[in-house]
Amino acid sequence: MQKRSLVPILYIFFLMLPIYWLVAMSFKTTNEILSGFSLFPQTFTLEAYVTIFTDPSWYWGYINSIIYVSLNTLISIAVALPAAYAFSRYRFLGDKQLFFWLLTNRMAPAAVFALPFFQLYSAVGLFDTHLAVALAHCLFNIPLAVWILEGFMGGVPKELDETAYVDGYSFPRFFLTIFIPTIKAGVGVAAFFCFMFSWVELLLAKTLTAVAAKPIAATMTKTASSAGYELGLLAAAGTLTIIPGAIVIYFVRNYIAKGFAMGRV
Amino acid sequence: MKTENQKAWFFVAPVLILVAFNAIIPMMTVVNYSVQETFGDNLFFWEGVTWFEQILRSERFHAALGRQFFFTFMILIIEIPLGIAIALSMPRKGFWVPVCLVLMALPMLIPWNVVGAMWNIFALPDIGLLGYFLNHVLGINYDMTQDPVAAWVTIITMDVWHWTSLVVLLAYAGLVSIPDAYYQAAKIDGASNWSVFRFIQLPKMKSVLTIAILLRFMDSFNIYTEPFVLTGGGPGNSTTLLSIDLVKIALGQFDLGPAAAMSLIYFAITLFVSWLFYTLMTKDDLN
Repeated sequence: MQKRSLVPILYIFFLMLPIYWLVAMSFKTTNEILSGFSLFPQTFTLEAYVTIFTDPSWYWGYINSIIYVSLNTLISIAVALPAAYAFSRYRFLGDKQLFFWLLTNRMAPAAVFALPFFQLYSAVGLFDTHLAVALAHCLFNIPLAVWILEGFMGGVPKELDETAYVDGYSFPRFFLTIFIPTIKAGVGVAAFFCFMFSWVELLLAKTLTAVAAKPIAATMTKTASSAGYELGLLAAAGTLTIIPGAIVIYFVRNYIAKGFAMGRV
Repeated sequence: MKTENQKAWFFVAPVLILVAFNAIIPMMTVVNYSVQETFGDNLFFWEGVTWFEQILRSERFHAALGRQFFFTFMILIIEIPLGIAIALSMPRKGFWVPVCLVLMALPMLIPWNVVGAMWNIFALPDIGLLGYFLNHVLGINYDMTQDPVAAWVTIITMDVWHWTSLVVLLAYAGLVSIPDAYYQAAKIDGASNWSVFRFIQLPKMKSVLTIAILLRFMDSFNIYTEPFVLTGGGPGNSTTLLSIDLVKIALGQFDLGPAAAMSLIYFAITLFVSWLFYTLMTKDDLN
């Protein structure tokens, strides 16, 4: 083994430590957690997980989160695809300014917008729906999706478009049957990023929901305050929120480095 | 070469409508609040720039802004070099590459409040792994809820844990795009490791590092959830970063006018510094 491979190993070890601690804690009984330090669960229990999977107010939190995250990913990709195509292929009035303005929306702190978002979505009657959260997350996910897709589309030679038109393809047919399959890695990466940022963002999601569309995060806060400090339950709920991320990242594992570089290497 | 085509606006229109709905209406609400005073009951009075003057002169704002810049500075100075170092020592091909990348990306896919809660559990003095290790194995007196220095070390370590992988992945993407021929040429010339880094690897990583620095600046400057869950801004006000202070004013005290004025100043600073970074880092390309 080379000496330099020690660096990534140590780094990954450091990354795994807090995650290990969270997972280990989720299998401990409340008594064991509070009575002192133990590196491994002494009395292994699934109690916390049973509570989460049998109590609707817990498992609906997960279902709600997954619904609005999927909805957001679908909307973001659907509208970002034609826009990214326009930015990568055409020059039009105000294109650079528009592109920059889109990116500035990633700079606005969500904390700034929490209250106005609440008022806006209450006014249009969408408060406490999955659609409200999905639309609100478009604020930062659409610009990101446009940026990533534009990067991947820039790598496709323009001759592809021209050949297709010469062959008599209409634009929609070319776009759907030739162009999108050509950049499917880019679409996958963009969808992954939309999923990721919508999944991890909770401030807006919490502000825009009350009961019907409440994300798992809000349920966790409730537990932390009302039922004393049920660390085991909190740890189990936290552990379960890591799993969807781990699953989606597995699908894009081969594109992950290029994807994080927004297709620009 | 791109062709001129004004009809491209039709392709962009859906994006424009959705983002504008989410960006412009709330932004106008904030602008509205920032120039008015309210006593409830939807009664508003024109206040002009009073709130802006008040915020810009307030000691509290200066303190929070100072803490915010210190935090962001520490994040950039630690995460960027560390990320580059880790990317340089990673394997370039083989079975371990996807394994490393997936494991490294994992922290970024954990919801932000879970990150805060996880580090809270991890750092508990007597029953957390980190807290126990520091207090009982190394014998350092460590309690994040009492000691401001410990609180700062913990939130910075948490952010390093959370986001260094972003820099690693970006730098790595730049590194793997370098053709082998470059390294062979360097070997023939007898170049040292340092000159390979300085004249081959660094220039090739430049565009991705620009993205990394910009993203890390924006996100660390706007950070809210993780430190809020971890320390709640305490002990005292020692880790009250700008956004935590803002939410305290807006939702805790319900001072909408000052909070709105502060939001706009905050946003303007983020935009300005991002623009500054971007201009400085891409200046060489223009010449």
